[in-house]
Amino acid sequence: MSSVAESKVLLRARSSVCALYGFALVALALAFTHPLILLAVAAATFGAARLSGVQHQLRGAVRFAIPLALMLAVINGILVRDGVTVLWRFGELPLFGQVDVTGEAFVYGLLLALRVVVIIAASALLVAIVDPDDVLRRMRRSAFRSALTAALATRMIGVLTRDARRMDQARRCRPDGGGNGRRAQLLMVGSVAAGALDRAVDVAATLELRGYATRVAPPRGDSLPYSRADRAVLASALGLIALLGVGVGFGLAHFEPYPRIAAVTGLTELLYAALIVLAALAAPLIGERGRRR
Amino acid sequence: MSALSFERFSYSYPGSDRPALREISVTVEAGEFVVCAGLSASGKSTLLRAASGLVPHFHGGQASGRVVVGGLDTREYGPGDLAQVAGTLLQDPETQVVMGTVGAELAFPLENRGLSRAAVARGVEEIALTLSIAELLERPVDQLSGGELQRVALGAALAARPSLVLLDEPTSQLDPVSGDELIWTLRRLNEEWGTAVVLAEHRLERCLAHADRVLVLSDGELVCDAPPREMLSWAAEHQPALQTPAARLFERAGLRPPPAGVKEARATLQSHGLLEPAASPQCDDSAASRSRPRWPRRAQSAPPPALSCRGLSFDLPSGAAVLSNLELSLQPGQQTALMGRNGAGKSTLLRILAGLQEPTEGKVSSEGRVALLLQNPGDYLIHERVDGEVGAEALAEFGLDDIAASHPRDISGGQRQRLALAIVLSGDRPSAVLLDEPTRGMDRAAKGDLITRLNALSAAGTAVLVATHDTELAAAMAERVLLLSGGRIVADAPTAEVLSGGWHFATETARVLGGQGQACTPEQGGALLRARMTIEAAP
Repeated sequence: MSSVAESKVLLRARSSVCALYGFALVALALAFTHPLILLAVAAATFGAARLSGVQHQLRGAVRFAIPLALMLAVINGILVRDGVTVLWRFGELPLFGQVDVTGEAFVYGLLLALRVVVIIAASALLVAIVDPDDVLRRMRRSAFRSALTAALATRMIGVLTRDARRMDQARRCRPDGGGNGRRAQLLMVGSVAAGALDRAVDVAATLELRGYATRVAPPRGDSLPYSRADRAVLASALGLIALLGVGVGFGLAHFEPYPRIAAVTGLTELLYAALIVLAALAAPLIGERGRRR
Repeated sequence: MSALSFERFSYSYPGSDRPALREISVTVEAGEFVVCAGLSASGKSTLLRAASGLVPHFHGGQASGRVVVGGLDTREYGPGDLAQVAGTLLQDPETQVVMGTVGAELAFPLENRGLSRAAVARGVEEIALTLSIAELLERPVDQLSGGELQRVALGAALAARPSLVLLDEPTSQLDPVSGDELIWTLRRLNEEWGTAVVLAEHRLERCLAHADRVLVLSDGELVCDAPPREMLSWAAEHQPALQTPAARLFERAGLRPPPAGVKEARATLQSHGLLEPAASPQCDDSAASRSRPRWPRRAQSAPPPALSCRGLSFDLPSGAAVLSNLELSLQPGQQTALMGRNGAGKSTLLRILAGLQEPTEGKVSSEGRVALLLQNPGDYLIHERVDGEVGAEALAEFGLDDIAASHPRDISGGQRQRLALAIVLSGDRPSAVLLDEPTRGMDRAAKGDLITRLNALSAAGTAVLVATHDTELAAAMAERVLLLSGGRIVADAPTAEVLSGGWHFATETARVLGGQGQACTPEQGGALLRARMTIEAAP
C-alpha cells in the first residue's frame, strides 16, 4: 500500500472496488491493440495515478518496462516477415535466414511495446491503490490456503530483501571482499535462499500465534456501508467494464497489422477512447470535488 | 484456574535425539510475573513455544506429558486457539509482524477472533495508547526501527487482552531506555489488567525486581523455581553466570542476601550505613554534558590514530540528518564503547567508518584495514561447512576446529559470533575493529569470552569500537565511552565518568551506589564497599 496520505478517492475506497477498477484498466489494455485505445488507457492510468498521488510508483514501473518493450519491438521488427512495405533488406543472416524489416512489422512492434508499457503501468496502479492487508482479510474467508500463501509471500518479500541487503554488506566486510563473479553471487543467492526457509517458518509461526488459522467469521451485518469513495470508484470500474464489453462485443477499434496496417479510426473510436478516459477519471475527479464541497 | 501449567512435559525437536525439555512440571498462577532464566540453549525459548502451542503443533517432534494454557490442553488445541488466552512475542521482531501497516497489525489478532468492527477499532486504539504507539498507527511496518517493530509486535500479542503473555527476550534489540520502558509496561499490564507474564530474558537485572518468581532452566531441566532473592542465592552456588551485577556486588562486598533490584540493594546498603542517604546518580558536568573529550593531546612522538574522521555528516534521501559534523579519533589499542538510544546513528557511523557507506560530507582516515562485525553474525555465513568460511588456522585460534565439518546454521549463537569474528579478522591484522551490538541474545559466559578476545585484540594494538546498548559490557571492556545523540557525540569521556553519572546509561552497580567512587563494575563497587566497611570497623 502506498504511504501517500490516504485522502485521495482511490486510496480511500475499499480494496475490492479498487481491485475491480485496476483489473478493468489492465483488461482494456489486453483487449485492444488499436493505438488510439492504448493511448486512451495510458492517459486514464497515468491520470488516475496523478490524481491519487501515486505517479512515482508508476514511473518506477515504466522505467523497468521500457527496455523490455523496446526489446520486444526490435525482435518483432526483425523476426516477423509479414507486411508489404519493406523498409530495410538485410539479406541472408545466419540463424535468421532472409531478413526484411517491413514497415508493418516495425509499427506493430512499437504498438506491442506500447501495450506492454500500458499493461505494466496499469498493474502498477492496481498494486498502488489496493491495500494488500484488506485483500488478504477478504481472501481468507473464501480461499484460506491461497490467502495464507499470499500473506507469507507479501511479508517475505520485504524480509528477504532486507536479509539480502545485510548479507551483501557482510560479504563486503570480508577481508577479500567476499569475492566477485558468478561463484560469489551463487553463494550469496544460495545463502539467502537457505535463510528464506527459516524466515518463512518464523513468519508462518507468527501467523499461527495471531490466530490466523482459526477462521472465526466476523458478526453478521458488521460490514461497513459503501462510502462515497467506494461508490464513485465502483461506478468508474463498472463503467470501464461496460465499455470493455461493448468494445469487444461490437468489434470496435478494429486493428489489423498485416499485410497492411488497418486501424479503423472514426468518430466511434474517438468517442470510445474519450469515454474510457472519462470513465476512469470520473471517480478521482468527482470524488475529490465532492469532498472539497 | 492457573494461567499455565506443565505436567511432566518433555519434548525433542524432529531429528534430535537430545530432549530440549525434560520432565518439566511447573504452574504459573493468574496474575503472576514469572521470569525464565538460563544460559543459551537451556530450553527457555522451547518452554515458551510449548506454552504457546507451537511445540509440538507447528514444529513437530516428540512430546510427552501435558501443558494446559488457560484451561486449554495443548494436545487438543493448536496455537491459533491458544492465541485467545495467551499472547506470544518471539525473539526476532522482523518476523513478528505480518501486515502492511501498524494499524492493520494491531487489528489482525482481533479480527481473527471474529470481533465486530467497532470492537476491533477500540482494541487497536487502547493497545496503541497503552504502548505509546498511537503515532505509528498509519505507518507502514517496513519503515519502523527495530525498537518500534518490537513494540508493535508486543502490541499485536497483547491486543486481544490475553490472560497470559509469553515473551522471549523482548528487550534484546532495545536501548536501555526503551528496554526499561517495556518492562515497566509489562509490570503495569500485570498489575492493572492482572495479566500473567512469563518472560525469558538474559539481562536479569532489567526484570528481576518486577518478578514474583524465577524459573531457571539448564539443559532442558527446571533446576530452580524460587522468588528472585532466593534464586540469586541459588545462582551464587550453582550458576554464577546468572547472578545480576547487584548480586555480584553484594557477593564481592560479603553482604547477604543478594538484592533483587536497585531499590532493594540501596535500602540494604543504607541500613548498613554504607550509602549516604542522598546518594543518587549525579549528572555532573564532567561527564554526560561535556561535548569536548578530555583525552590528552597527542604528543609529537605519539602514534597516529588507528581510525579517525573529520566533519562527518550523513543525511537520508529525505534530508533528515543522521550524523552531523562528527569528529572522532581512536588510538591504537584503545577500547571504546559507542552508546546511544535506538536510531541515534550508531550503526550508520560504524558502516561509514568501515567504508560500507559513503558519508554525505566529511572524511574517514585509517592506518590500515578496518574490520566490521555487523549485528547479525549469521549474515557472514554463506558456505556449506564451517571450514569453508575461514582457514584451519583461524578456526583453531578461535576454538572452532572441533566443529569444522558442521553446517554454519547448525552451530550455536556464540559459535556463530566467533566464526563471524574469525572471518572479518582473517588476513592482515586490522588497525581497527568495529562491532555492532555483539552481545545481542548472548549469555554472560559468551560475553566473557568476547571480552577476552577484544582485550587480546587491543593488546596487539588494534583499536576496538563497540556499538552497544549493554552498559555492563561497556563497563567491562571499554576505557572510553562515546554517547551519540541527534547525530552528534554528546559525551566522550572515560567509562567510569559516563556510566556512573546517569540513570539509563549507567550500570546496575553505578545505580546502586549512586555513582559514588565512579564504580561501574561489581568488582569496583565491591572494593569500594569493603573499604568503607574497613573504615567503619576501625576503632
